[in-house]
Amino acid sequence: MNKKQSVILQRTYIVLVFCFMYLPIAVMIAFSFNESKSRANFTGFTLGWYKSLFHNEMILSALGLSLVLALVSSVLATVLGTLATIGIHSMSRRAQLVVNNISYVPVVNPEIITGVSLMLLFVMAQNFGLGGGNGLFGWPTLLIAHITFNVPYVIFNVGPKLRQLDPSLYNAALDLGCTPRQAFFKVIMPQLSPAILSAFLICLTYSIDDFMISYFNSGTMQTLPIAIYSMTRKKVSPEINALSAVMFCVILAIILISNAADSRAYRKNQKEIRKAMQEEGAR
Amino acid sequence: MHKSKASRWLAGPYLLWMAAFIVVPLFIVIWYAMTNADGRFTLENLTQIGRYSSVFARSLILAAVSTVVCLVLAFPVGYFLSRLRANKQHIMLMLVMLPMWMNFLLRTYAWMTLLEKNGLINKFLGLFGLGPFQMINTSGAVVLGMVYNYLPFMILPIYTAMTKIDDSIIEAAQDLGCNVWQILWRVLVPLSGPGIATGITQVFVPSVSTFIISRMLGGGSNLLIGDLIELQFLGNSYNLNLGSAMSLVLMVIVLLCMSFTSSFDESEMEGVV
Repeated sequence: MNKKQSVILQRTYIVLVFCFMYLPIAVMIAFSFNESKSRANFTGFTLGWYKSLFHNEMILSALGLSLVLALVSSVLATVLGTLATIGIHSMSRRAQLVVNNISYVPVVNPEIITGVSLMLLFVMAQNFGLGGGNGLFGWPTLLIAHITFNVPYVIFNVGPKLRQLDPSLYNAALDLGCTPRQAFFKVIMPQLSPAILSAFLICLTYSIDDFMISYFNSGTMQTLPIAIYSMTRKKVSPEINALSAVMFCVILAIILISNAADSRAYRKNQKEIRKAMQEEGAR
Repeated sequence: MHKSKASRWLAGPYLLWMAAFIVVPLFIVIWYAMTNADGRFTLENLTQIGRYSSVFARSLILAAVSTVVCLVLAFPVGYFLSRLRANKQHIMLMLVMLPMWMNFLLRTYAWMTLLEKNGLINKFLGLFGLGPFQMINTSGAVVLGMVYNYLPFMILPIYTAMTKIDDSIIEAAQDLGCNVWQILWRVLVPLSGPGIATGITQVFVPSVSTFIISRMLGGGSNLLIGDLIELQFLGNSYNLNLGSAMSLVLMVIVLLCMSFTSSFDESEMEGVV
């Protein structure tokens, strides 16, 4: 096999794998414009499913719940996790190891286990009379569950960054007259903020996407994935196709925008480096 | 600096949280698994699981098959992507991750419509006078659903491991007379070992514990461990004690799988997205 053949073979393989990954999504998007409910025959073009999607009370309220839940749980998880990271950093090695290993549990455990174990906790709490007559399940349980599976991602994102920081910068700030509090907010925090922000975004996406853990702890409330699940139980519902198309476009847009922002920041950075080098040379 | 005693207290709230919502729930699972509905100690729940051994066996087999299929599919992808130019790699990586961001229920639903008796695939085959085939509600469909959903979890860690393999190592192997297969088995596979190990865990664990994929694509005849557990907690056969015992067994299976793969993997959790 010569080089050219092998390149062609590689390309074909990659294309086939990507076809496998994208064809189902493409078919769904195509059929979201299908007039009839059939999922095999394209009978005519319509935007009707999008219209009924945006008038679907169940989906809209589920979307609202998912967004609010994601925002609140991510903010709380980020705060809790960032404080925890700083605290863990100043613990003894052995204590750090124990805390980190326990924090890994929700990350590596199957989601269904995290879901049912929290559910059991809440059932027990309910048996002790917590939550009154309406029961505990709903907002509080969902919020606790989401914070619980999100905090470890904050710790494992911010932790490595904190360990990389140069401790002499903090000491320099103290030498130059900062109080420890000032040194923390003016020296440590600015260096951590990119990691904290990315941890926050990770929490948001995990929270919006989560089905398994929410499913066991939502009571009668419906987050967006739970609403999608109940739609798929009804088998034929072209609104799901429309919803998939909308979500795909939103995700694509977010990725493209964040990429563009990244590469712009990169280019700007390169430009500054070049400028600085030129100035250096001129001197 | 950070070693000051005062800052240690900042972890306090999280430590309480961790104890209450990570540690305690796991002990409650164990407690429920070891007691009956009246709260008395019993091993009956655990011994009852023997009756469901066929379901456990099916879960393990389907998850193992999916993991192997993912590995075989993903390994070349990881290699080819790692050999592209940097800016192309970036785009391709985005393309691998993009479907992952779609909710997995939607991705699975897509296959539900494709595999149906009157679905697009059967219709397409019908053009050539083939079929219709029974594709949905088979164990094959469940494997397909698992592979489709979890393939990126295999590609990404393998790719990450491959990017660390320098071209010159492969060239050296060629110069020293290795053929393609020898390069594969003696250079690429050993050097991407940690990535493969991570990928196997990341595909096997969600596959063995799923209940959605089997329910949507497997019909009623392909119950998995996840389905059993869900039935005990939220379904018709409401029995928290038996469900906890099943969860306990599932946890043991996952732990065994991870201790198996981590023996190949010195740098833990590599390539986790």
